[in-house]
Amino acid sequence: MSGHSSYEPKTGFERWMDMRLPILRMAHDTAITFPTPKNLNYWWTFGGILAVMLVVQIVTGIVLAMHYVPHVDHAFASVERIMRDVNYGWFIRYMHANGASMFFVAVYIHILRNLYYGSYKAPREVLWILGCVIYLLMMATAFLGYVLPWGQMSFHGAVVITNLLGALPVVGQAITTWLWGGFAVDNPTLNRFFSLHFLLPFMIAGVVALHIWALHVPGNNNPLGVNVKSKEDTVPFHPYYTVKDGFAIALFFLLFASFVFYNPNILGHADNYIPANPLVTPTHIVPEWYFLPFYAILRAVPDKLGGVLLMFGAIGVLFILPWLDTSKVRSMRYRPTARWYFLIFVLAALILGWCGARLPDDPVIPGVTSFKLLDADLNSYVWLSRIATAYYFAYFVLILPILGLTEKPLPVPDSISAPVLSHPATTPAGAVASPEKRG
Amino acid sequence: MLRKVIALAALGLACIGGQAAAATHPKDPPSIGWSFEGPFGRFDKAQLQRGYKVYREVCASCHGMSLMYFRNLGQPGGPFHDEKYPNPNDNPYVKALAAEVQVNDIDSETGDTVQRPATSADRFPSPFPNEAAARASNGGAMPPDLSVIVKARQQGPQYIYAVLAGYANPPPGLTVPPGQYYNPYYPGDVSAFYQGDHGHVPEGGFLAMPPPLGSGKVTFDDGTPSTVAQQAKDVTAFLAWAAEPKMEERKAFGLGAMIYLLLLTILLWFSYKRIWRNVAH
Amino acid sequence: MADTVETHASGDDPNRRDFIHIAAGAAAVGALVPIAWPLIDQMNPAGDTLALASIEFDLSKVPAGQQVVLKWRGKPLFVRNRTPAEIAAAVKDDNASLPDPQPDAARHKDGKPQWLVLIGTCTHLGCVPTFQGGDYGGWFCPCHGSHYDTSGRIRKGPAPRNLEVPEWAFLSDTTVKIG
Repeated sequence: MSGHSSYEPKTGFERWMDMRLPILRMAHDTAITFPTPKNLNYWWTFGGILAVMLVVQIVTGIVLAMHYVPHVDHAFASVERIMRDVNYGWFIRYMHANGASMFFVAVYIHILRNLYYGSYKAPREVLWILGCVIYLLMMATAFLGYVLPWGQMSFHGAVVITNLLGALPVVGQAITTWLWGGFAVDNPTLNRFFSLHFLLPFMIAGVVALHIWALHVPGNNNPLGVNVKSKEDTVPFHPYYTVKDGFAIALFFLLFASFVFYNPNILGHADNYIPANPLVTPTHIVPEWYFLPFYAILRAVPDKLGGVLLMFGAIGVLFILPWLDTSKVRSMRYRPTARWYFLIFVLAALILGWCGARLPDDPVIPGVTSFKLLDADLNSYVWLSRIATAYYFAYFVLILPILGLTEKPLPVPDSISAPVLSHPATTPAGAVASPEKRG
Repeated sequence: MLRKVIALAALGLACIGGQAAAATHPKDPPSIGWSFEGPFGRFDKAQLQRGYKVYREVCASCHGMSLMYFRNLGQPGGPFHDEKYPNPNDNPYVKALAAEVQVNDIDSETGDTVQRPATSADRFPSPFPNEAAARASNGGAMPPDLSVIVKARQQGPQYIYAVLAGYANPPPGLTVPPGQYYNPYYPGDVSAFYQGDHGHVPEGGFLAMPPPLGSGKVTFDDGTPSTVAQQAKDVTAFLAWAAEPKMEERKAFGLGAMIYLLLLTILLWFSYKRIWRNVAH
Repeated sequence: MADTVETHASGDDPNRRDFIHIAAGAAAVGALVPIAWPLIDQMNPAGDTLALASIEFDLSKVPAGQQVVLKWRGKPLFVRNRTPAEIAAAVKDDNASLPDPQPDAARHKDGKPQWLVLIGTCTHLGCVPTFQGGDYGGWFCPCHGSHYDTSGRIRKGPAPRNLEVPEWAFLSDTTVKIG
């Protein structure tokens, strides 16, 4: 809860600074004494992980920009120069490329946690919307960044995505030409994509600052979905959560390092090591894994404009989620029916991701041909995508609104300290821990 | 528990995304072991030297490697690295190997293009001045640059080895178009050229490169028998090194990094447990 | 501990400096070093820049009394084949009053006084001096009027030091390596 600041400047310098720019006070209140619910589980460490990954991407990105050349004749070779000749260039490049994937792993887990525990619900609607804005900016940044090495996938991925805008009626073609700076994706496009890719992460950083500010007004949600009732429900952020987040970050970095050092190209696509050739299309154009679900939604719709609208709609629906979910109970821990629908939602998202990597007409069950429905065999990835897309949207616009009104939730505990605690204090200390009572 | 499964599945998805499902598959490359695979893999220096010889004597007549410099041959991890010469430009093997190859240069007095022996600071020369010349000499096909070919193909070294060593006579019923060669490991769709049962179209495709290797074609100075399989293995290992000369440095740094991170994680775990010991949560 | 921050749910004061916290903190800070060093070292000259750090040159290209200007490490390099008269003039002035005193013998290789290898940037503000210009037959810098003699030593004008002699050596009678 944003309350009264308890910061007391100790040294002469701190007093002097506090009177002129209370930045130390702000740091103290935000990250040292901030009262945080004491029952947060590991799903809450991903916010800290995301902050660290943003710093990693910005630092490695700025360093790469010292060596990268954003010109069609030199881009591919400049990246290879970084890998071969720049001291530790291979390390910085692999950190940046795999860092992007790790950034998305963390953001998807973070989003799923918010969906499950109802962190988007009142009074955290603006916090959630800011998060959606960050997610959109991340996707734009990642798309722009992937074009820069100027491999086959970079180029043809840019062609496909920029061509999507041509589907917009009336203004579509003009916008596409404007974006390209020419009649096709070429040097002007690459140069401006580099400029924008450099800019956007700083906008992300700004929105992240707003995101943390918006978080600190109501304070963190917690696994029970119950508001903090008293200071007894909280612990100061430092050292309780600084160290816990530190542990989670170290674990996350172990995973990150295993990719960077031992399998740095597995999340990418081999075709991106072929220099871009506008005259030759790769046999199979696929975006990076974190875009696959949206790619599947795009291809699920037979109409080009329809596909574009539905793809953007899949992100747009997130923005209005706080008003779609009618449940009075925040956390799905106490919404047993909702939990199943949530699980199916996660499966649908994974299935969409899987479909995004396949050829639409390929059979899901190999060797089996069933009947043709509309434009494709039922046993095809395009139909599987359609079913999964239908569930994706149904979850938000049908299931959550209806479920909130019809479900029977479990009884919600009165407070964070009230229910039986899974980790009782090993030594009952003074008068602080409240006696355990059955909630 | 469910949520852990989800997290792992998401990562699993990430690993699989991107596999193409082509209409007909080429044959799966055989899995032969490579000295450089795995977290502790390293390149075999003798193999890299033989591989360079295969590249220089066989492949370089059509394929460039424009991202490689002669000095790379002498850098740490490279085929001709010598500790006595920390600066690869001074390495006598590198200078000698470079001098065997002619590169273009401009005569500083007349301005004409001349040929001169390469130095360690030069790039590997391309066999053709430009793409049009390359295509004209190769029946319209462009021999790809080999600098990063091992990273530019799915299944990398396995695939390169399989194509090089795996040329086969076309099965009965398959007509090979003129100027093309059948290879069961090369992606493609030969249905249009196959007269047999269309349920059993042969795997593989046609490519414009004739079988480049032949028994005894390259003499190995260390006495290793020069079979097609050996040449294919060695040149693939060389190409794998060329695609990623810093691989050994990466794995070595990685070992230190993983150990340190593991220690850091353990220390942070105990610190975390200590801090939370007396809080009911 | 009634007087520490009691209004929340902590047990012991978690800020006690237990060894484990110091160890974990030190390990976390220590992790920054192998991350920071690559980020700093990447700005040092890269492999391709270092490759051009030394060049070889064939002296037979330089006729007597002439010089050749090469590009080395991004700067001009003078390779001058001095005539006996020029060598004599340089040696004669070894004990003259020089702004930057240095005998001619210290500026060429033993036994081969006709070969001078000098970095062709004026030690004043970096312009490229012209060949055989000035009052001493060596070089003259047109920017602010520095005169260098046939040994490349500053004689007159604002330049503080003699033209710099880089690290160089004979590889054979006719080839030299610079850098």
